Amino acid sequence: MLYREAGQFKSTYAQDQQIFPIRQDRIAVTLLLVFAFAVVPVIGDQYWLGALITPFLIFALAALGLNILTGYAGQLSLGTAAFMAVGAFMAYNVMLRLPWLGVIPSFIIGGLCAALVGVVFGLPSLRIKGFYLAVATLACQFFVLWALQRFGWFTNYSASGVITAQQIVILGVPFDTPERKYLFTLAVVAVMALAAKNLMRSETGRAFMAVRDMDVAASVIGIPMMKTKLLAFAISSFYCGVAGALHAFCYLGTVEPEAYTLDLSFRILFMIIIGGVGSILGSFLGAAFITLFPIFLNVASGWASHTLGVEISHAAVSNLELIIFGGLIIFFLIVEPNGLARLWQITKEKLRLWPFPH
Amino acid sequence: MPIEVIFFIEVLVGGLLAGVMYALVALGFVLIYKASGVFNFAQGAMVFFAALTFVSLLEMQWNFWLALLVTLAVMVVLGLATERVVLRPLINQPPITLFMATIGLTFVLEGLSQLVWGSQPHGLELGIPDLPIEWLSQKWNINISQFDIFAAALAGLLVAVLAVFFQKTRIGRALRAVADDHQAALAVGIPLQHIWAIVWGVAGFVALVAGLVWGVRNGVQFALTFVALKALPVLLIGGFESIPGAIIGGLIIGATEKLAEVYFGPMVGGGIESWFAYVVALLFLLVRPEGLFGEKHIDRV
Repeated sequence: MLYREAGQFKSTYAQDQQIFPIRQDRIAVTLLLVFAFAVVPVIGDQYWLGALITPFLIFALAALGLNILTGYAGQLSLGTAAFMAVGAFMAYNVMLRLPWLGVIPSFIIGGLCAALVGVVFGLPSLRIKGFYLAVATLACQFFVLWALQRFGWFTNYSASGVITAQQIVILGVPFDTPERKYLFTLAVVAVMALAAKNLMRSETGRAFMAVRDMDVAASVIGIPMMKTKLLAFAISSFYCGVAGALHAFCYLGTVEPEAYTLDLSFRILFMIIIGGVGSILGSFLGAAFITLFPIFLNVASGWASHTLGVEISHAAVSNLELIIFGGLIIFFLIVEPNGLARLWQITKEKLRLWPFPH
Repeated sequence: MPIEVIFFIEVLVGGLLAGVMYALVALGFVLIYKASGVFNFAQGAMVFFAALTFVSLLEMQWNFWLALLVTLAVMVVLGLATERVVLRPLINQPPITLFMATIGLTFVLEGLSQLVWGSQPHGLELGIPDLPIEWLSQKWNINISQFDIFAAALAGLLVAVLAVFFQKTRIGRALRAVADDHQAALAVGIPLQHIWAIVWGVAGFVALVAGLVWGVRNGVQFALTFVALKALPVLLIGGFESIPGAIIGGLIIGATEKLAEVYFGPMVGGGIESWFAYVVALLFLLVRPEGLFGEKHIDRV
């Protein structure tokens, strides 16, 4: 009854094309943002903010980046973690070598470097597609990690290959506590998510989707293939790069190249599968699921061993976690190949008709 | 012969033989891709699972052949179960969905094998020593391992058998029909599900062979799952649909990788084997986007 668009008339094109055409949606999103900015930092404790919500936001941003490439432009990539690594290490280097630039320009430069790497490794996409391309992006994953470990310049010649991210200071305000890091991350993610949402309803976004649905048909109707595909790689890697920089500066603090292995790429891929391929909301839902699930599993196993009196060894728990994780992915694909975002959409459609569905 | 030439030959032959071992893993990918269009990322996990099961049975003092048979049975059952539980509900889904399902399967297999058999590494002996062939090293001072020759012969045999199977038998023809066009194959009365079950069973068998060979070389441990990553560039070069392509691709990758590691690696500081094969494969793809022996696809609007 509450979720109803009856009586909301649209009399201009601008009204018809707004991001959230239904008033209830607008109110809900505003409330959510206010809650995230004003209430969460107050009620959340160190653990929640530092170890759960901040990484969730960062991974959501990375998933968003991958979703632009895979979900919207249809180019399957397994190199997400490499783009994150480029963003993280380049942002570190820019802040180290050009300290007068400030944090935000450094992050942007880090993202741009990732975009450049993305374009270079996106070049094969002009020739090859599908699984051939997916395997080709693995080249990026392995090459970038090798380069980061091999050339000391990236890690400022530290003996262990580990870098310690500098403190974030904006206009003299240090972002050092978990609350402040959370706020900084949230601001970046909110702005970039909004930008992505808008991009996808623009000409560029529509071109991406045309390429995804059938690239030959898209080029026949005059969409420049090279520009569109490379742009998709550039934008996607930019998002991943910024996510990587946040990952290093706001979450981990000290980073080594090994943090960005193929495993991370797969995790982010799972986020968009479970959340919904080709959906901005899906990136967030998927990231929330994948970030929170291991913690839930840990709690559950602790609870099980407590109540049942069965002692489950740590190795068994981590193996069980793998099995359940893999099983869930298969389950999700079978039950709802379009992910959590699709479930949410179905719920909304049901709500609109409720309580008279006929 | 001058020492440089001998060294070069040794590196080249070593590389070619290593390439054949990559090809063994790549074969499993090709089989499943050919018959069902599924890019089975779980092949690496299947190799690991097969090798670990076999070694654990051996360590429980089982007879060698009995252990082999039981492992084979387990792999076939695994293949059948995969078809039933994972693939059948996903029929008619886009290939990317199937690919992701096999990533899920990878996790399940990795967890399952370590949960059942533990995660400590095992050694494996097949009775063929990993020693240089004597007369070669005495006559020309070239060191080539007996075991590598054995693995290469095994791979060659496997490819020959599979090629005959695909070309000459009734099931093989059905498999090729399914690979060409699912719907047309169904229309002429080929039972799709049986075919898939057979393919997954055969892929399990190939995984077992690959697992044994790699297990002897590197020990049976979790790192065996990464062998799949080594096989992917082989697939790119050979083409996803070609069994001989897997061998040719393996030879190319193995040889260039070893040569590059020895002659080009020191120039950039070593460790290039993690990505060099991929770059070689990429260069090949720029010339032939479907690999050397892959099928050309013509897009129609």
